[in-house]
Order: sequence, then C-alpha cells, then structure tokens
Amino acid sequence: MSTLIQPPSPGLRAPAAEAFLRFENVSKVYPTAKGPYPVLDGIDLSIHEGEFMCVIGHSGCGKSTLLNMVSGFSTPSDGRVVLHGNTITKPGPDRMVVFQGYALLPWFTAYENVYLAVDSVKPDLPAHEKKEITREHLAMVGLTDAADKKILQLSGGMKQRVAIARALAIRPEVLILDEPFGALDAITKEELQEELLTIWNTQRCTVLMITHDIDEALFLADRLVMMTNGPAAKIGEIMDIQFPRPRNREEIMEDPLYYSLRNQALDFLYSRFAHDDVE
Amino acid sequence: MVPTSSRRPGASSSPLRWLARSSGNWLPPLLGIGGFLLLWQILSSLQLIALPAPSSLFTEERTRNLILYPFYDRGGLDKGLFWQTMASLSRVAQGYTLAALVGIAVGITIGLKPAINRAFDPLFQFLRMVAPLAWVPIALVLFQNNQPAAIFVIFITAIWPILINTAEGVRQIPQDYRNVALVLQMSNRRFFTKVLIPSALPYIFTGLRISIGLAWLAIIAAEIVMPGTLGIGFFIWDAYQQNYVGEIVLGVIWIGAIGLILDRLMAWLQTRISPGQ
Repeated sequence: MSTLIQPPSPGLRAPAAEAFLRFENVSKVYPTAKGPYPVLDGIDLSIHEGEFMCVIGHSGCGKSTLLNMVSGFSTPSDGRVVLHGNTITKPGPDRMVVFQGYALLPWFTAYENVYLAVDSVKPDLPAHEKKEITREHLAMVGLTDAADKKILQLSGGMKQRVAIARALAIRPEVLILDEPFGALDAITKEELQEELLTIWNTQRCTVLMITHDIDEALFLADRLVMMTNGPAAKIGEIMDIQFPRPRNREEIMEDPLYYSLRNQALDFLYSRFAHDDVE
Repeated sequence: MVPTSSRRPGASSSPLRWLARSSGNWLPPLLGIGGFLLLWQILSSLQLIALPAPSSLFTEERTRNLILYPFYDRGGLDKGLFWQTMASLSRVAQGYTLAALVGIAVGITIGLKPAINRAFDPLFQFLRMVAPLAWVPIALVLFQNNQPAAIFVIFITAIWPILINTAEGVRQIPQDYRNVALVLQMSNRRFFTKVLIPSALPYIFTGLRISIGLAWLAIIAAEIVMPGTLGIGFFIWDAYQQNYVGEIVLGVIWIGAIGLILDRLMAWLQTRISPGQ
C-alpha cells in the first residue's frame, strides 16, 4: 500500500507511459456578487490511460467542477487540462459524460437514445453497424428486452443503464460519471457497480467518477482522489487501491487491506476534513 | 327545454344502472345548463329581459328555418349557417396557419438568441395587447380589401401566444439535453429535430390552443365591421341591423359551439402528438 500525502509531481510516480490526462496547476474562480470565489486551487494530477479514478469529497469542494473541466463544460481560470498533449477547451465525444440526472431524451425509447448518440458521433458508419453497436451495448447493460420502452416507462436503475450504454456505445477515451448511482437503492447500486466493472473490463477506457460512497470507490477504482474542503479546494490525498482485477466484492471485503484503506478514507473525510454538512 | 330527469326512473336494467352510476359525471352540467335555460325562459316569458326565450328559436319561423336548413343557398349573402360558418372558418384557417408558421419560426429564433429576444420583446409585448378590433381599420388601410384584411386581423391576433409560448418552450429546454447535444457534437439540424422540437412541443401546442380560440374571437370582430362579407360575424351584425333578435341569439350560440369544437380539437391533437408530457 502506498499512500501519497499531497499530490505528487508527475515524475514522482514514475509512470511507465506518458501521462494520458493531466491537470496542470488548475484553478477555478467563479465571479460572484461578493467578489471572486475560488473553487479549486492549484490542482496537479496525472491520470494514466485505462485508469479508473474516483473522486471523493464533501459537497461544495469542486468535484463536479474538476470533472467539468475534463468534459469541457467548464474551463480553468488558471492552468490547463491536457489530454494526449492537447488542451481541453470544449466538450467532445471522446470525453463522454454520464450525467447526474441521466439526461436521456424522454420522447425516445432506450434504443433510440443510444442510437442517436452512435449516429451523431459516427454518422458515416453503415446503418446496420450503428444498429449492431446500439443493440450490443444495450445487451451489455441487460436492457435487450426493455430496448423499445420509452424512457418514462423505465425505473431509475434502468435509466442509468441506458445512460451508461449510451456513453459507452460511442467508445469514448474518457468516461466521466458524476455520482451515477447516488439516487439508486442499495441493491440496484451494487448491481450497477458490478455491471459497470464488467463492461469496463472489456473496454478499458479511462474512467473519472465522482462518488460519495467510500465502499463504491474501493470496489471500483484504481486510485481515489480525496479533496479538501472548499473554498479553494485542493487534492488532499491520493489513495492507491491495489486489489487485483477482475474484482469480487466478497473477496475484497475479506482482505484486511480493505479496512485499513476504508479507515484511512473515513479519517480523511470525517476527522481531518470534517464538514458541518455531514452526508 | 332539456329534459333533466325523465330518463331516471328506478328501473333495474343494466344500461339504466350504468346511467345511474355515472350520473355524477353528466348530471351536474346538465342541471347547470338546464337551470340556466329555464331561468332565461322564465325571464323572457315574464318580459323582464328583451331577449326572446330559448324556446322561440324553434317556434319562430326564421330561426327554425335556419336551424333546420343550414345548407340553403339563395345566392349573395343569403346562405345557410353552414356556409356562413365555412366562410368564417376558411378565413380563420388561412390567418391561423400563417400565424402558426411565422409564430413558431420567430419563436424558435428568439428562444435561441437572447439578444434578438431583448431587441424585439418590448415590441411583441406591446403589440399583443392591441385588441383584434383595433387592428381592423389598420388592416383595411393596409390591404384596401376585406378578405386579406380579415386574414391579417386573425394573423396578428393569433400569432402572439404561439410566438411567446414557442420561445418559452425553447428557453425551457433542460440544460442536460443541451449538454448531451454538446458532448455528442450534434449537428444543428439533428439538435433541431431530435431535441429542440420534441422538447418545446408541449409549449408550442399550448400556444396553438390559446391562439385558435383567439383567432375565432377575432374573426367575429373583423367580420362585424366589414360590411358585405359572407360569414358568421356579419350574419349577426346584419340580423341586429334588421332587428332579428332571435337570429342574433342563434348566431351567438353557433359561434360558441364552433369555438368549443375548435378548442377540443386542438386539445385532442395535443394529446395525440405529445402524450404524457
């Protein structure tokens, strides 16, 4: 177990490959009526290709802002976010987002929602291939039977499955999930975590995911970024989670390492950076 | 008079029982309308009001003929109520269609471009407060001719709810949907057909439904002051000038019925096109 206090400089971890996605001294300041409000301050972070990274922190610590700068919906006030050596300036399908509120189009069916994404991103593919990709990804999340249902007829868990299928169907390099399972019941949540891991194991895209749930992060992530409290939030700690993959929830939970990591995260969130607004 | 309770003897056959069970739905409106007509009948018979009694619509020869023969055509303006209505409806159809096309197009534009909205909103807010009747002289000056003037009056009356609701519908497209379009880098055309129109459709239909009622109100006003036009509005005005009060009453009932049918038609269309939204 190697825990790094304070974000390392890119060279410290000595990654085998050149950093794939990099935050370079990123700050974000929002202008408000009471003057500038700094949300994030001096974020340095390198993410490797194919890495599953979770971000945790109390509300208001700028987690969403951090990820929005990867998706391109927000741009840094200072510093830059670099993917493949190119500075990110606007949204694009190489950095697909699973939105907090699903953001599915309710006038379409599950199938049509996924197809629309595939068709928008790869309009030149032959129609039968686009259909095949759509069906394949709906099948991955177990929605073959519900494919022709309107979004309004689907439960929360099924909507989230459609959103994940839509996101993965366009084969993004980076998948961004903003608290994807926060609104789901415990059982559906565990099912979806497992499905997400299964699919991710086949595609191995880079994943950035915001969560409030330490157990979720420990089950899913390679590394967990823990944010200090805002304003001017920084990266407090980055925790390595080196359970072997493919992971099995029961096996992980029997590992003594699990509890030491869990306690370390709890200590960070509820002792060292405790928040009035306890979640 | 409408018989209110003659169908409710205590028989026990099943259609009658069904009637009794569902009576909560149809009985109150029936009693309300029946009561109103009864009151009117009594006030007229006692000569407390100058209007003829509702029963006189059937007893008086002129109005009875109009009710019984809606399709007669003796040339000129002397035509049955059906032809009068069709003349008015065709004007409404032309003005309303024009209003829908222009209103939706302009509404989408100002919904998407806040700057254009800021430029024109005061003007639109001002123009929509001008009563249909006030447009009539302007329309006559502009077009020098009854028919296009009437269509213009309908157009200018009906366009505002369509325009304003469409713009609101476009502004109300959830940010999430816009973000999806952004991250997928949808073409403008795709965004328009797959996101914008379906999302704004309930608002557009609300505008269309308000406007069909307004258009129908406007045509009557426009026709009344345009002498010599075939149409239900001028029919009433003509009856007034010749002191056929029964015909006025019949015309008003007819107008109300047509307006109600138009409104229901739009409501039905709305449920067909955007169900569950």
